[in-house]
Amino acid sequence: MEFTGYVFYIFSAILLLASLRVITASNPIHAALALVLAFFTAAGLWMLLEAEFLAITLVLVYIGAVLVLFLFVVMMLDINLEEIRKGFWGYLPAGALVGGLMVVEMFMVLGGKDFGLAEPVAHAADYSNTKELGRLLYTEYVYPFELAAVLLLVAMVAAIALTHRKRGDTKPLNPAEQVKVKKADRLRMVNLKPQKPEAPKGDDE
Amino acid sequence: MTFALPDLNPVLPEIFVLGMTCAILLIDALFKDRDLTYPLTLFTLVFAAAITVFTSVPQVQFTFGGQFVDDAMADVLKLMGYFATLAVVVYSRPYLVERGLYKVEFFALALFALLGMMVMISANHFLTLYIGLELLSLSLYALVALQRDSAQATEAAMKYFVLGALASGFLLYGMSLLYGITGTLELSVMAQLLQAGGQDQMVLAFGLVFLVAGLGFKLGVAPFHMWVPDIYQGAPSAVTLFIGSAPKLAAFAFTMRLLVDGLHPAVEYWQGMLAVMAVLSLAIGNLAAIMQTNIKRMLAYSTISHMGFLLLGIMSGTFAGYTAGMFYVIAYVLMSLGSFGLVVYLSRNGLEAENIDDFRGLNSRNPWLAALMAILMFSMAGLPPFVGFYAKLAILQSLVGAGFVWLAVVAVMFSLIGAFYYLRVVKVLYFDAPKPDAPVYPAIPDVQALLSINGLAVLMLGIMPQPLITLCTYAMQMTLQ
Repeated sequence: MEFTGYVFYIFSAILLLASLRVITASNPIHAALALVLAFFTAAGLWMLLEAEFLAITLVLVYIGAVLVLFLFVVMMLDINLEEIRKGFWGYLPAGALVGGLMVVEMFMVLGGKDFGLAEPVAHAADYSNTKELGRLLYTEYVYPFELAAVLLLVAMVAAIALTHRKRGDTKPLNPAEQVKVKKADRLRMVNLKPQKPEAPKGDDE
Repeated sequence: MTFALPDLNPVLPEIFVLGMTCAILLIDALFKDRDLTYPLTLFTLVFAAAITVFTSVPQVQFTFGGQFVDDAMADVLKLMGYFATLAVVVYSRPYLVERGLYKVEFFALALFALLGMMVMISANHFLTLYIGLELLSLSLYALVALQRDSAQATEAAMKYFVLGALASGFLLYGMSLLYGITGTLELSVMAQLLQAGGQDQMVLAFGLVFLVAGLGFKLGVAPFHMWVPDIYQGAPSAVTLFIGSAPKLAAFAFTMRLLVDGLHPAVEYWQGMLAVMAVLSLAIGNLAAIMQTNIKRMLAYSTISHMGFLLLGIMSGTFAGYTAGMFYVIAYVLMSLGSFGLVVYLSRNGLEAENIDDFRGLNSRNPWLAALMAILMFSMAGLPPFVGFYAKLAILQSLVGAGFVWLAVVAVMFSLIGAFYYLRVVKVLYFDAPKPDAPVYPAIPDVQALLSINGLAVLMLGIMPQPLITLCTYAMQMTLQ
């Protein structure tokens, strides 16, 4: 076995263990951290497949942005673990039976042989995966690409529709109003006659 | 590196709808004038219909390298989709105004959902099929949750979202397996490759199970129907009206594209699965509907049974079956628009006309509305001379023609059971005394006019179904030539 073969098995083993931890960890923070590890090893596997762009995107977007956000949310929410784990043992036998059956079935049905996969050909050193992806995305796949952009727009509209509201108890700033303010709005000139201060009255006088 | 610019003519309706939706969002934000948003939405729908008619050609057109297909079936379904969305917008306006939901987001999300449906209807590629589906689903989740102060609506949205995500996962897994054995994502190419043979049949069947399960979720057929009643009941009635009507067209198109355009060579595999789902839906839908007291929930169960009927048409795997299915889905959308439209129309002055009790003695208060409701209920039950009768008849004929006599018998049996709860509504309308505080509804002219057209269309298409039958036959001929 070549060196990359060992790397593949090591990464795969870590990936499997990490994924298992994601669903078995009792603490949601640990689960999220295990997910970071799982993504990272998956990125390593993609790197082995010469999909550098995807691997780096996985690290940057999923680990860097999505999961950090995830951790924030998990830490801010007050999750009642007892409530979540309630009934776990009750459901376990049925779940394990169905899951086990599925695994056996999938093992029997799905194997590399069925997919006619050829050994991937290594590309030359000057081959740019990123460039190829970009070329495909903006030419052949421009239609789904644009639609994916529309999907993001919908997500934005939906998020604003569901969370934006006018609340009576907040005093938001309005920069447009702020910059338009004139001196006259804030400053009132009062003409005061000079006055003689009254002589202080004291008890000790 | 050369790249031929794709032919954008067939995609014009989609481009127009997308552009107008963005324009509506901007115009509303700029002018803060809701009275502009509503007519603009109507204009978008009417004009998109005009574009679809004028860019329509009899041939099947592919563009974007085979990811987009424009054929007669797509044109007819899109036209019906515009009409359904237009009816939803008109019917729900008073409802939305009264409940403070009359915001640009409702219109924008409805148009985005329509765009998703159009993409699905014209998809010839797993990617476009899936993205169209997500565009539709995401817009619908948001629409359900739009009424933020209603705990029921929020719960419904949550359920819809979680189950929808699960279904998407199923679909994607099935798609990835099929990609694995054929090496293509393009549906028409996949059909050719499968026709040529040589793939592992076991993996094909295995992938199909996941695809059909995902499809079942999205169609809302048993045993993947659990979400339907809860969401129909929990969502604001105007949104239920939308979910219950237009997306069914897209679901039909989705099934046709996936199973008939792409996987017809595997017909013997999916036929059995569809038959099981159809029979279960007919049984569960019709039996569970009998016990409902909430009309939205009752109509939800009736949807399940209708979708089962629709599946029977596609399941027969014949030209007659597909044509019957198309006729059925168009008829069903008309009936569903009318009946949910009436529920929305009667939900006024703080009253939600949600319970069947709220319809008691409607005849003595608003005889015309009661007559419309009765027409729709008769049609849903499949009584002649309404359009629902011909829809069911066409499906049964196609089943018998394809040799599935026992399935036809089962379908007729459950339709008879189903007739009970539809007729109960008619009895409530005409023979029960109204509740003492029941209101008499003053007419809202534009809404009532469209509702009347809708109801009379159900009657007229029942008396003269030939034009619609001819249209569906023509569309299918042109599509499956």
